Amino acid sequence: MLDTDFFRRWMAATAAVVAREADRLTELDAAIGDADHGSNMRRGFAAVNDVLEKEPPATPGAVLTLAGRHLISTVGGASGPLYGTLLRRTGKALGDAPEVTGEQLAEALGAGVSAVAQLGGAQAGDKTMLDALLPAVEVLGNSFEEARDAALAGALATVPLRARKGRASYLGERSIGHQDPGAASAALLVGALTEATEPGAGGSA
Amino acid sequence: MLINVPETVVADGLRGMAAAHPELVVDTEKRLVVRRDAPVAGKVGLVSGGGSGHEPLHAGFVGPGMLSAACPGEIFTSPVPDQMVRAAAAVDSGAGVLFVVKNYTGDVLNFDMAAELAEDEGIQVARVLVDDDVAVADSTFTAGRRGTGATLFVEKIAGALADEGAPLERVESLARRVNESSRSFGVALSSVTTPAKGTPTFDLPSGELELGIGIHGEPGRERRPMMTSGEIADAAVHAVLEDLRPSGPVLVLVNGMGATPLLELYGFNAEVQRVLSERGVSVARTLVGNYVTSLDMAGCSVTLCQVDEEMVRLWDAPVQTPALRWGR
Repeated sequence: MLDTDFFRRWMAATAAVVAREADRLTELDAAIGDADHGSNMRRGFAAVNDVLEKEPPATPGAVLTLAGRHLISTVGGASGPLYGTLLRRTGKALGDAPEVTGEQLAEALGAGVSAVAQLGGAQAGDKTMLDALLPAVEVLGNSFEEARDAALAGALATVPLRARKGRASYLGERSIGHQDPGAASAALLVGALTEATEPGAGGSA
Repeated sequence: MLINVPETVVADGLRGMAAAHPELVVDTEKRLVVRRDAPVAGKVGLVSGGGSGHEPLHAGFVGPGMLSAACPGEIFTSPVPDQMVRAAAAVDSGAGVLFVVKNYTGDVLNFDMAAELAEDEGIQVARVLVDDDVAVADSTFTAGRRGTGATLFVEKIAGALADEGAPLERVESLARRVNESSRSFGVALSSVTTPAKGTPTFDLPSGELELGIGIHGEPGRERRPMMTSGEIADAAVHAVLEDLRPSGPVLVLVNGMGATPLLELYGFNAEVQRVLSERGVSVARTLVGNYVTSLDMAGCSVTLCQVDEEMVRLWDAPVQTPALRWGR
């Protein structure tokens, strides 16, 4: 079972990995966007960690809802509303249970991902964060490692795609050959699940 | 760069703006710039905002005759809904608020969320999207045309109408009409360096230029060997006219991207006027300067707006903002 602490560790691990990879995310964004994805994500998840420490929520759902709301009010750009909606809607789907199963998390994240697709009007293959999230959600019920690998593969598979959403879409054909920065950061968020399990817990859901 | 540290560039700029413009309320912490006399009784409020790095857009256009408030985001990053809701609340006199939103995914998402929240607080909100950049052609497969120079026309003309006491529906429909009558095309002679990254966003060797750029260092659609001012004017004005096909006089904005000297911009304007005259397009008014910039990018953009008599009258109406000031 996954308790409230697990979800706080997930957000902390995400903040840490986003900070470590911020320069790489910004480089990816410089190629087909506007060179700020890394700094925005770092700023947002650092703020999320601060608020989770100051006002520790009581349930897994509340951790993600608060994190999502905080991303919406601190990040800006497209990433703020999109990542904020992802976590907020995942949190809402978890309800107020004190502990949830891996399957419940997979289902809730599926609801969060659908909300992102609706808000951004994107679908699979548009070269967006969805290209990492959709394959991850499919296998999240099996294990976090499988989800991490699927998200990473999905992010890498955005390289040959032509962007149809967001700022990269202005480039048309010239967006081909670059990894989507949103898909890359989404893979970090999913990958952080494997670091949130306690040492010795094995990492499977 | 003339900065302290990258993290405080936006806040430092706002502090300096507060010091220079006591006629504005500048909230450095909440990231808001508001007319000191807001809310003005019976007047529709005009709120805009967007990423920083395009100064004087938008905060430099706050004041009588133009915007009621502006929400500056991080550099090239849309502001957050909280800022827009606060701005709406600060300027709403009960006559409602118009959000002027440049068409970028982030700005649209955040302003939409803000509109919903403001309506929950009982504020009537309308929204106009500015999408004038003809370099983004294939709208079905993109996020749609970018909002660039036409933002200035929309904010000036709709702002003047709001100052006359027109109701929200009229201000909104005129703002929409100004946008629909406007087209822009931009050219970069150098890339742009954001403080966070510290190196140029894209690689543009000297001796080459990039046609059809945006205002965030998004690379353009085509790279060519350096052209003369006259050749650039030909390319830019033709791209705009092909799409706009004006049947009457136009407003002209010859806009600098930030690092191109005003002397060169005026020289470029002479070429723009030549092309317009060759194409039989009459010019109602012309504005030349750095208004919708992209940090330290060298280059320029041309925006044309086909105008009727009402739009020219509102363009000429008095305006008192840090960046546009005439007629009073």
